[in-house]
Amino acid sequence: MSFPLLTATAALPAVGAIATAAVPAARRVAAKYTALAFSLGTLVLAIIAMVRFDPGGARYQLTESHTWVKNFGLHYDLGVDGIAVVMVALTALLIPFVMLAGWHDADPLEGPDPNRRWRPTQGFFALILLVEAMVVLSFEATDVFLFYIFFEAMLIPMYFLIGGFGDRAHPGGEEEAARQRSYAAVKFLLYNLVGGLIMLAAIIGLYAATARQLGTGTFSLQQILDARASGQFKLGTDTERWLFLGFFFAFAVKAPLWPLHTWLPNAMGEATSPVAVLITAVVDKVGTFAMLRFCLQLFPEASKWATPVILVLALISIIYGALLAVGQRDIKRLIAYASVSHFGFIILGIFAMTSQGESGATLYMVNHGISTAALMLVAGFLITRRGSRIIADFGGVQKVAPVLAGTFMIGGLATLSLPGLAPFVSEFLVLVGTFSRYPVLGIIATLGIVLAALYVLVLYQRTMTGPVKAGIEGMADLKVREVVVVAPLIALLLFLGVYPKPVADIVNPSVKHTLSDVHKTDPKPALEAKK
Amino acid sequence: MNPANYLYLAALLFTIGAAGVLIRRNAIVVFMCVELMLNACNLAFVTFSRLHGNLDGQVIAFFTMVVAAAEVVVGLAIIVSIYRTRHSASVDDANLMKL
Amino acid sequence: METLIGLLVAAPLLGAGVLLTGGRRFDRTGHLLGTLFALLSFVFGMVLFVNMLGKNADDRALHSHLFTWVPVEGFQAQVGFQLDQLSMTFVLLITGVGTLIHIYSIGYMEHDERRRRFFGYLNLFLAAMLLLVLADNYLLLYAGWEGVGLASYLLIGFWQHKPSAATAAKKAFLVNRVGDMGLSIGIMLMFTTFGSFAFSNVLPRAAQAAGTQHATITGIGFMLLLAACGKSAQVPLQSWLGDAMEGPTPVSALIHAATMVTAGVYLIVRSGAIFNAAPDAQTAVVTVGAVTLLFGAIVGCAKDDIKKALAGSTMSQIGYMIMAAGLGPIGYVFAIMHLVTHGFFKAGLFLGAGSVMHGMNDEVDMRRYGGLRKFMPITFVTFGLGYLAIIGFPGLSGFFSKDKIIEAAYAKGGTEGWILGSAALLGAAITAFYMTRVMLMTFFGEKRWVPDAEGHEPHPHESPKSMTVPMIILAFGSVFAGGLFSINSSFVKWLEPVTGHSEGNSPVSTGTVTAATMVCLVIGVGIAWLMYGRRSVPAVAPRGSLVTRAARRDLLQDDFNHVVLVRGGEHLTRSLVYLDHSLVDGVVNGSAASVGGLSGRLRRLQNGYVRSYAVSMLGGTAVVVAATLLMRAV
Repeated sequence: MSFPLLTATAALPAVGAIATAAVPAARRVAAKYTALAFSLGTLVLAIIAMVRFDPGGARYQLTESHTWVKNFGLHYDLGVDGIAVVMVALTALLIPFVMLAGWHDADPLEGPDPNRRWRPTQGFFALILLVEAMVVLSFEATDVFLFYIFFEAMLIPMYFLIGGFGDRAHPGGEEEAARQRSYAAVKFLLYNLVGGLIMLAAIIGLYAATARQLGTGTFSLQQILDARASGQFKLGTDTERWLFLGFFFAFAVKAPLWPLHTWLPNAMGEATSPVAVLITAVVDKVGTFAMLRFCLQLFPEASKWATPVILVLALISIIYGALLAVGQRDIKRLIAYASVSHFGFIILGIFAMTSQGESGATLYMVNHGISTAALMLVAGFLITRRGSRIIADFGGVQKVAPVLAGTFMIGGLATLSLPGLAPFVSEFLVLVGTFSRYPVLGIIATLGIVLAALYVLVLYQRTMTGPVKAGIEGMADLKVREVVVVAPLIALLLFLGVYPKPVADIVNPSVKHTLSDVHKTDPKPALEAKK
Repeated sequence: MNPANYLYLAALLFTIGAAGVLIRRNAIVVFMCVELMLNACNLAFVTFSRLHGNLDGQVIAFFTMVVAAAEVVVGLAIIVSIYRTRHSASVDDANLMKL
Repeated sequence: METLIGLLVAAPLLGAGVLLTGGRRFDRTGHLLGTLFALLSFVFGMVLFVNMLGKNADDRALHSHLFTWVPVEGFQAQVGFQLDQLSMTFVLLITGVGTLIHIYSIGYMEHDERRRRFFGYLNLFLAAMLLLVLADNYLLLYAGWEGVGLASYLLIGFWQHKPSAATAAKKAFLVNRVGDMGLSIGIMLMFTTFGSFAFSNVLPRAAQAAGTQHATITGIGFMLLLAACGKSAQVPLQSWLGDAMEGPTPVSALIHAATMVTAGVYLIVRSGAIFNAAPDAQTAVVTVGAVTLLFGAIVGCAKDDIKKALAGSTMSQIGYMIMAAGLGPIGYVFAIMHLVTHGFFKAGLFLGAGSVMHGMNDEVDMRRYGGLRKFMPITFVTFGLGYLAIIGFPGLSGFFSKDKIIEAAYAKGGTEGWILGSAALLGAAITAFYMTRVMLMTFFGEKRWVPDAEGHEPHPHESPKSMTVPMIILAFGSVFAGGLFSINSSFVKWLEPVTGHSEGNSPVSTGTVTAATMVCLVIGVGIAWLMYGRRSVPAVAPRGSLVTRAARRDLLQDDFNHVVLVRGGEHLTRSLVYLDHSLVDGVVNGSAASVGGLSGRLRRLQNGYVRSYAVSMLGGTAVVVAATLLMRAV
């Protein structure tokens, strides 16, 4: 038996979480380095997985399969396709940056108290590692129930990260901050729990259907797909639609799709910026990823049936999120609404069901992760320095902290999809992919690029330019640790903007598989169709 | 003798016990009523054992006795410690778990 | 040779990278490095040009494929360059004028503490602009297109501490983005029609496609026009150019006069095959061009800010080019020819304006100039030559290129030709008027100088060598370029293999057109002299007629934008924010509240009395037993 690489990728951060939590209260710094070391180790494993992955090979690779509970058809099945392996790599890549950016976020405000056993720093870093482990497993799981377990379980550490380590720069003071924070955390939990429970019902429905038709029930994606291919298993039209809706609802909450998005601005606004990055760049990606892996693969017909509605919702997300971003007065909420808009693009790409749309959506997930991380983390540095996250409190930062302003600008430019930076490639692919099948939707979605420019530039103008405002004069420029966080992200944005081929090559074959699942082929160019 | 009579007796005892649990406030009395219900069940088990001609019911009756004995130990200890702290053996006074 | 094309783009890109990320250690040498990289690019351009001249006219295009940019099933975006005569013309213009303006900026920006960054941005602009004109497919062109937009944004807002500069920069980027939307939709249409967006695939097949896909080709044409309107400041997307004058003057000269704003003309001429196949789109192009050439000219008449007057003029001149490009093969060559000559004289004029500002404590109001010719002789002469060139004084550059356009407009034939030709003639008259006005208000008449805000008296003086030398070189270009291009129709022959060329049948002879132009010129200059030369210029602008006041406000287009787009948008976003909070979130919160209420009522059942729990257990058991018995019985 070969080395269980995928299990290791998930187990390492889990072990790291325990190790970090076990560091004694007084040795906070050691805990931080422990956590960082484990996250870097995970990154190495994820890169090895990506290198070992053969784009030309089987659809699912590096698979591990063990029966877990035989009587219920539960399996411990792991495997990655091109999309999943890229997502795992993205997660592993972002976590060290999240940690570095939040290096001081969980330091106790007062001096060490020998009588207290409460260890916030250890907890913070351990929870981040725990989230990483669960996210990685949900990308890797090819058993529906196994996926569900981690999909839901990651809510718990996230709940504590949002509720327990809020933003210290709150406009309403300490007490209001605590109130808002717990509201945001509960809202996050409830939204996602409701989504998850509906999905659980659908999963049980799916199990019952397999049990009825195959004799023994199963949760294994592979077994279900094989059975369907061989004609032994076929869902009735109505059943398939109901089950699809159950799954999709959970993913749409997590993604989030309009009108289920309202938890995101609260959660991202109240959490510290590294945690906000964790939410939008890592955890939310599980939602869009799962649409690709589970909705399209398990319920191809129902997916096609629901496509018109979903596309319209995605379009509303794009325009609505962008418009709301323009109207925000709070930097973090602005970025949150921008993310709503971007998730609209991702979902649009997935359900356009063209090669360009799907590849674009996958690349979009990666690029959005990196670009939002860059923007949000720099915004976090900015907010920590000023002690406020209200846009009107800033002005003229560019004059006193040019490097900070420059990195903020690049993050912003990535968010508005400037060519040369990674998000452009994916956004254009999504647009082209949508346009080639639904021209009108494609044109309306293109409006999003104008609105993106609007909210990014308005944000930049109000915070960075103009005369230096009171409270900004003494603002320090980026420190070494902060440059270490931002510079690689920017380098990556540039690299993937100019040369996205390495990632695209891994993703393309999987996209092809997914499209053949839903029996869709790309529309032919008008001129060639005539021939 | 008609074995059904034993069952009637068991039902009667059980009802008395249940009524006692519901009505009385003194924890000791409630406790005794619980014992009464357990023993009513034991009687029914033994009767059924006799009726069906196998030993299962009798075996279970022994189990019940053992469990009941253990329960008495824990229960009495709790009641005594509550009495010590609150100077009352009324079950209504022990409502700290209420929201 | 092919690698040299890549190096052409790479040199300024490297410069931008070094200057922008290198930090303070380049503060003292940054401007020289930046200029060096620009010069290097120009040298590469010259080498390629000489090499190209040595080849057969039909065989001059070079192609260089670097790597695959976006490889996705069915969508293969390449990074590849194509250097033909059209691109070559632009390369020389961009790198040549670009290098001169780098040199000029060394003096102009001498006292700015962020000079290194300025040169970094300038280099970034050069790289993006070269990418734009060298790309061999529309997607890469789009990358350059947005790249120059970014550089323009950064440079307009270079003095970011001024809120007006930051706003102008944002506005320029946003209006351009509207145009970019057009370009991206155009590319998508190409992709769905041709399955590709490479020039070599789309352009040759455009004519064939027009047969079956007429509406699509017209659509592509309109989308490209929208893009051109944004970048080239044509009506209705012209509003950003005037505000863009907030940027440092060298930027106005390079980006907002000589090169970037002409990218729209490049796009239309490059896509000539598409427009030839879509007559409706062509009509739209000439309409936009004709309207803008008058619009810009009228705005230029009313502005007292020297740079804004020149910006109006730029708009108007690009209107000429766009109109010429819309005429089809009769006009393409002349559009580009005017573009090049305009690049010389307008850059020269802007540099002259910058030189005047340099000597006048950065004053831009022409009503506070006057009588400067004695104090700035070199600036006066070079500016004057540029002035003569732009109004089309016989023998100078503008004369040749503008006359050709007017002629071509008449040659369009029919009513359309007459309308366009007359509009162009009228434009020429107005051009003569406003340029004479600028000239008279700045260099002639009595001194109207006032101390600046800090009380410094202006002491106008000639600018340093680094500034005057580029002005002199550009003045040479303004004088001789047009004539040089027209000897033996050399420019037509040079571009013909790429753009195609046809001589139209003009209903009026060349001589008549020239005569009419001369009459217009004399009228324009004459009126201006009557108004500003003979009478003294009031130091405070008179209230003026309704038209003048409207023209001062950019013919109310900004007010329209403000009321409809800005205010409307603000209301929309504000109400959406409210709705998101109260409605979308409210529905969820409402359901949460109702669940909360229900659970509050259920909570009362948990009263803490053991016996009530016991009752519920007993009741539950009884129900279960009863149900079981009932099921048995049934």
